[in-house]
Amino acid sequence: MKKMLSKSLCAFAAACLLSAPSVWAENIKLGALLAVTGPASFLGGPEARTLEMLVEQVNAKGGINGKKIDLLVKDTAGNPEKAISLAKQLLEEDNVLTVLGPSSSGETMAVKKIFEDAKTPLISCAAAEVIVNPLASWIFKTPQNDSLAAIKIFMEMNKLGIEKIAVLVDNSGFGKAGKEQLQKIAPDYKIEIVEAEVYDAKATDLSAVVAKIKANAAVQGIINWSIVPAQSIVVKNIRQSGWQVPIFQSHGFGNIKYVEAAGVAAEGVIFPAGRLLMAGLLPDGHPQKALLVQYVKDYEGKYKETASTFGGHAYDAFIIFEKAVAAGGADKAKVREAIEGLKNLPGTGGIFNFSTTDHNGLALDAFEMMTVKDGKFVPYTGK
Amino acid sequence: MTTELFIQYLVAGITYGSIYAIVAIGFNIIYNTTGIINFAQGEFVMLGGMLSITFLQYLPLPPAIFLAVLVTMGIGALIEMLFIRWLQNPGILRMIIITIGVSILIREAALHVWGSDVRSLPYFFGNEISSIAISGARVSPQVLWVVGTCGLMVVALNIFFQATSIGREMRACAANRIAAVLCGIDTRNMVTLSFVLSAGIGALAGAVMSPITYTQYDIGTGLAIKGFTVAILGGLGNSLGAVAGGLLLGVIEAFSVSVVPLAFQDAIAIAILLVILFVRPHGLFGSSAMAGLKEF
Repeated sequence: MKKMLSKSLCAFAAACLLSAPSVWAENIKLGALLAVTGPASFLGGPEARTLEMLVEQVNAKGGINGKKIDLLVKDTAGNPEKAISLAKQLLEEDNVLTVLGPSSSGETMAVKKIFEDAKTPLISCAAAEVIVNPLASWIFKTPQNDSLAAIKIFMEMNKLGIEKIAVLVDNSGFGKAGKEQLQKIAPDYKIEIVEAEVYDAKATDLSAVVAKIKANAAVQGIINWSIVPAQSIVVKNIRQSGWQVPIFQSHGFGNIKYVEAAGVAAEGVIFPAGRLLMAGLLPDGHPQKALLVQYVKDYEGKYKETASTFGGHAYDAFIIFEKAVAAGGADKAKVREAIEGLKNLPGTGGIFNFSTTDHNGLALDAFEMMTVKDGKFVPYTGK
Repeated sequence: MTTELFIQYLVAGITYGSIYAIVAIGFNIIYNTTGIINFAQGEFVMLGGMLSITFLQYLPLPPAIFLAVLVTMGIGALIEMLFIRWLQNPGILRMIIITIGVSILIREAALHVWGSDVRSLPYFFGNEISSIAISGARVSPQVLWVVGTCGLMVVALNIFFQATSIGREMRACAANRIAAVLCGIDTRNMVTLSFVLSAGIGALAGAVMSPITYTQYDIGTGLAIKGFTVAILGGLGNSLGAVAGGLLLGVIEAFSVSVVPLAFQDAIAIAILLVILFVRPHGLFGSSAMAGLKEF
């Protein structure tokens, strides 16, 4: 009797082992490397929540081509070393089809080569241009290029007749990359950068540096390029000093928390942003309107927090993946090829047109100029 | 440099300096009774800001801050009772490492309770853009609040430590624990009291500076480093020294911006600290004879 029991147990265990892989093979394994906790959690948090919501929605509708998605979110805590080991884990142990993320540019650059070597598509949610330029065949990204934002700002400055400017950036990867782009592109628009300063992401007060820039009488406008809360301190200190200079911010200002932090000082700040922030204000026929309104409604309904452009980057990464799998099937090489073939795909960041030479797929029209009025984001209509 | 610019730098320096000084005073109180550095001091500042912002939803500003200070004092007492009080013959190093652990614990708890968003209290008077003109330079009224609070604290603490019997008992505790016990002082309660006091001071500082600096779950670490620098600079345990050290560091930081890029501000501050530590290891205002008697 005892023998029989152990035998049948063995058989049961064997059956489990045999059947398990076949159950898993039915599903599509999607990995995600996101900074859910740590200093970049304002990016990774909304991204992870967006992905969980979308995977739930797609699975409820029966998955992609009848296959359910298994989402594996790994928390990198914003740490590039951790991102590397988690990337290897996703590729070697979990054998995922595609990975979405990482959240930050530093982490993406750290794992880039691993995905190239593993021949697995990576759709990054980080902004830096170097991620896709120079081109890497398995690497894609969804946020708009920094250079597009810089060009948008300079075009607006030309219209306002601003020629000499001061540039303030934070000391994060986003700030440094922005400074390089601004310095590179400014001459094309006949704009001279007369003051350039880098501030600490943890700065508590920046009135000294504001006094220094204000003392330079040549400065006609300011670009404050940052993704950290300290950018609100800059705006506040400028207005406190009684200086009514035009302030331009980067697309990193697109978080209503930063407006709340700067209070009335944020009024009139001009910045480029994707259309997520003005979803309800878009004309009805706009190709992005329906999906933006739906995403904002779903996200805010489910998580009781304001939808941000960062969550939008994960949304875009997911729909690109979804469309590519639907078109090419669950095969790494085919997914990669299918992404390069995606045209006119509306996302939260703009209309994506991928090609074999463009792995971002967004053009200048992805950005709209916006401003702050009565504590809210509104489209900028010029002076 | 014009007078206007000079005053603007000076005011910026006084703002930074007062913020650093208030944090440094918190370090000093616990150091004065226990001889240890409480690295969770920055977290008390964060808690003061965060709790006031939370209570502000239900209460007007003054009671919200008052309640936040009280709750933070309670947390300070709790920390001492849970982690420090029951230790038999605690070594200095061991207690310091415990406070580092506590600071991480509080930070992570704050992340779970309040999330990673920045928050801030409204300006006590006026708003984000209002300012007072002082001979051409412009100062936010909140800066006056910070400077005023810092000044009041120093005066009140000096009276407390010099003129009241509890204050004198706390000082006796630091000078010689065994002798203090022999004189009938309950040294354990004095240590708890020092945690309560420095938690309260940190919390008040956190609330008053919140409109200027904002409050975020991890703001404590940076403040603690600057506060610690200032406490050493002024001579550990010396509140007036902390104020002088804080103002000195703040003003140097502010004026350094006029000659070197802002990015080097911290490097200059730390370089000055190193020089002072080499020349006067007991701080600018500490005495070497006193420092020689201390364990740390």
